[in-house]
Amino acid sequence: MDTLTLILLDGIAFASWLFLVSAGLTFAYGVLRILNIAHGSLYAIGAYTGATLAGLVLHSGANPFLAYPVLVGAALLVGLALGPLLERGFLRRVYDQEEVITLLLTFAIFLILEDGMKLVWGVSPIIVAEPYALLGQLPLAGVTYPVYSFLLTGVAIVAGLALWVVIDRTRFGKLITSVIHDREISAALGVNVPRICTVAFTGAAMLAALGGAFTAPMVSVTPGISADVIVLAFAVTVIGGLGNISGGAIGALLVGLLRATAIQFFPALDLFVVYALMAVILLVRPEGLFGGVEVRRI
Amino acid sequence: MRGAQVSRTLAGAAPWLAVLLALAILPRLLPDWLGFLLTVAFAKALVVLGVAVLLRSNLVSFGHGLYFAAGAYTVGFAAKWLHLREAVLLIFGAVVVSGALAALLGLFLARYRGIFFGMLTLAFSMILYSLLLRLYWLTGGTDGMVTAPPTILGVVPGAAAGRAHYYLTLVCLALALALTRRWLGSPLGYLASAIRDNEIRVEYMGASVRQGIYRTYLLSGVLGGLGGCLVAFSVGHIAPEFSYWTQSGDFVFVTVLGGYASVFAPVMGSVVFELVRNYAYALSPYTWQMSLGAILLLIVLFLPRGLWSLLAPRAPVSSPWTSSSRR
Amino acid sequence: MDVVLEAVGLAKSFGAVKAADDLSVRISSGQIVGIVGPNGSGKTTFLNLVTGYLSPARGQIYYLGKEITGLHPRQVTRLGVARSFQVPQLYTSLTVLENMLVALVIRSGRQGDCWRALRTRARLAEARRLLEKFGFGDESGQVVRTLPEGGRKLLDVALSFALGPRLLLLDEPTSGVSAAEKFRVMDTLIGVIRESGVTSVFVEHDMDVVQRYAERVLVFSEGRIIADDPPGALFADPIVRRYILGEE
Ligand SMILES: Nc1ncnc2c1ncn2[C@@H]1O[C@H](COP(=O)(O)OP(=O)(O)OP(=O)(O)O)[C@@H](O)[C@H]1O
Ligand SMILES: [Mg+2]
Repeated sequence: MDTLTLILLDGIAFASWLFLVSAGLTFAYGVLRILNIAHGSLYAIGAYTGATLAGLVLHSGANPFLAYPVLVGAALLVGLALGPLLERGFLRRVYDQEEVITLLLTFAIFLILEDGMKLVWGVSPIIVAEPYALLGQLPLAGVTYPVYSFLLTGVAIVAGLALWVVIDRTRFGKLITSVIHDREISAALGVNVPRICTVAFTGAAMLAALGGAFTAPMVSVTPGISADVIVLAFAVTVIGGLGNISGGAIGALLVGLLRATAIQFFPALDLFVVYALMAVILLVRPEGLFGGVEVRRI
Repeated sequence: MRGAQVSRTLAGAAPWLAVLLALAILPRLLPDWLGFLLTVAFAKALVVLGVAVLLRSNLVSFGHGLYFAAGAYTVGFAAKWLHLREAVLLIFGAVVVSGALAALLGLFLARYRGIFFGMLTLAFSMILYSLLLRLYWLTGGTDGMVTAPPTILGVVPGAAAGRAHYYLTLVCLALALALTRRWLGSPLGYLASAIRDNEIRVEYMGASVRQGIYRTYLLSGVLGGLGGCLVAFSVGHIAPEFSYWTQSGDFVFVTVLGGYASVFAPVMGSVVFELVRNYAYALSPYTWQMSLGAILLLIVLFLPRGLWSLLAPRAPVSSPWTSSSRR
Repeated sequence: MDVVLEAVGLAKSFGAVKAADDLSVRISSGQIVGIVGPNGSGKTTFLNLVTGYLSPARGQIYYLGKEITGLHPRQVTRLGVARSFQVPQLYTSLTVLENMLVALVIRSGRQGDCWRALRTRARLAEARRLLEKFGFGDESGQVVRTLPEGGRKLLDVALSFALGPRLLLLDEPTSGVSAAEKFRVMDTLIGVIRESGVTSVFVEHDMDVVQRYAERVLVFSEGRIIADDPPGALFADPIVRRYILGEE
């Protein structure tokens, strides 16, 4: 019984985290058709910035609960600073190029940002655990569980809902949808496609940074965290269907529960199951669980 | 008639023989560390050649670390379980293992294109990575394995091991280049280009696209395994990172850095990459990745056909990403 | 006379559009058949169905008396049905000559060979001979991407012909060719076809071309064949004149 509860709680916590770190990737792919390897770097920068700013707040003697809005603020800051820069400066130049080019371009950005972080934050780990510890533990169905994990789930749900509202309920969202559907036709209809792309990518960058900022209190932030995140996010994105956000949420849940199960029963296979699931999904449904297929006319 | 043909063949081969000769005396002129760097660059060039062969069909393998690791760990396991130390046998083993892996995975991969091919290769390589990392009682986990220097045709190289590995790698590379060059000029080699340009036409000529891709993938996997095996010889240490995605990313990086209009481009790319990395690391240990990233950025934006296009601006077969038929 | 191709009751819809609607036709050996019909009347769809690019919702297709319904384009091609395309399907980064060499090597079934060279002397000679037939001379070394539209169209047909088919299906072989050159191109094509005796079907919009070169004309409309006559009889028919030629 306790095991089952643990699997569920762990699974949901991990899924929330996965959704947070992959939603932006999925969204950006949907709009820009670019699988952004540097998404992992944005995540890591979000983590560093979040940890630094939260640390400042905590040391200043202010109300420690201020740390949470500061984490959100850090994510918005990172997204606003880097999103437009990367999209306008680099991605824009390769939209109509082959995949290998777009992948390598974002890989190049990844490499550059990787060392950029070392220059700014050094190589020793940064630990700001107070936001995590502050919320304490909650006894629940026979186990005690950190409240912070529930906060993480809350953040993921809010982020997902916000994304949904923007895309489904606003005029801007309609424009995004039309760009996702067909970039050329949208441009011909007078949609300002470049602007949509910039805004969409900035949103994706904020999501990545948000994932990082809320991860920071749970881990020690060190160089190299970007690389691990990006493959996991790729896996979730592929499982849900490239560019499909609700698919991404279900993909995250699936991966989260599967990994939590593996950790309970075969801890050595915790990573294996994630990538095995990714491969299996690609094999049986390459368009992902919720993607569609295109047929070419001759 | 025949005599003329023979002398023409010889004349055609002469420049290559000259290059080979130059490379053969090189280690006597260079400091040891540079000889070692070249050895590793040559070995990795084999993996890059494998990626390049696939790129000619517009297939981006973002998981070639899989074969690199498979070749390397073949050496590790053969030493651990079979007490095998003979280089020729180990090379043979690595070729068989990576070939078998490619034969199996190719069955699935031959159906995929574009981003899906990339993602599936990535998933396969990460599966191997997670196994190498976590099954530590078999693989040594994060620590990897130490591989003792092999005997070469029964001879224990001893103090001259570095130079021996250089020559061994050079011979393997030369053979692989000759083979791949021949392959590219063969019907199957052209079929790969045809597949890149227009799959529908290939099927409408009565050829199987899937089979063409499958065979190309087989070659590419074997080249990857061979490279991994040779790196294990000269470096003497193997780790799960061989199959990690950043390693695969580096291979794609080097492929584009060198270009792939010629089989020699990957070699050039690989040597340049190792040199740059080495110097960048020596100059500034914290920002060597940044230098590499900046170079990659420049290549991608301004020289998408790689360094080789500077040497041979008009390649016989143009780069796939200048062709518009696939989008 | 043996029947080369027979379609029985073919049906195919795209949403509400009936692209093939109970389509039946028989084509005998050695015939040169023209297909006419307005845009969207299902001409290309018919070729796609016959060659297996699309599978029919209903109906069967027979080639030389053998059912080929549901086979893939590759299998249909291997049996001896070759086609050209409305939009040329070529290997754009290879040269004209290399395109032809690839066609020839696939025809011989040696495309899986990774050891011997593609450019053998015999294959080169054969490729040049075929290209010359279709009027390619100096352009042989040109990369296909740089070829003008008319040249691409012709190469597309030449590649199909090079496969040595029993049945050749040509989708608008002269679209994209200038009006002045149309007849010259068709003269070449039909000359080669007559010489080899291959059974041929060509889709064509230009009535003058059809009248001059087809022995039999199928008129398509909304996925059906509404007339099937020799050109002389057909163009005398006032209904056809009104429907197809838009004459009052
Ligand atoms: N793959 C497809 N998906 C959806 N609709 C299609 C597809 N292929 C054909 N159609 C539709 O089927 C109808 C018949 O198309 P088809 O291409 O066969 O016409 P056609 O006679 O060749 O016309 P054209 O003279 O313009 O080439 C058209 O309405 C077309 O839009
Ligand atoms: Mg048509």
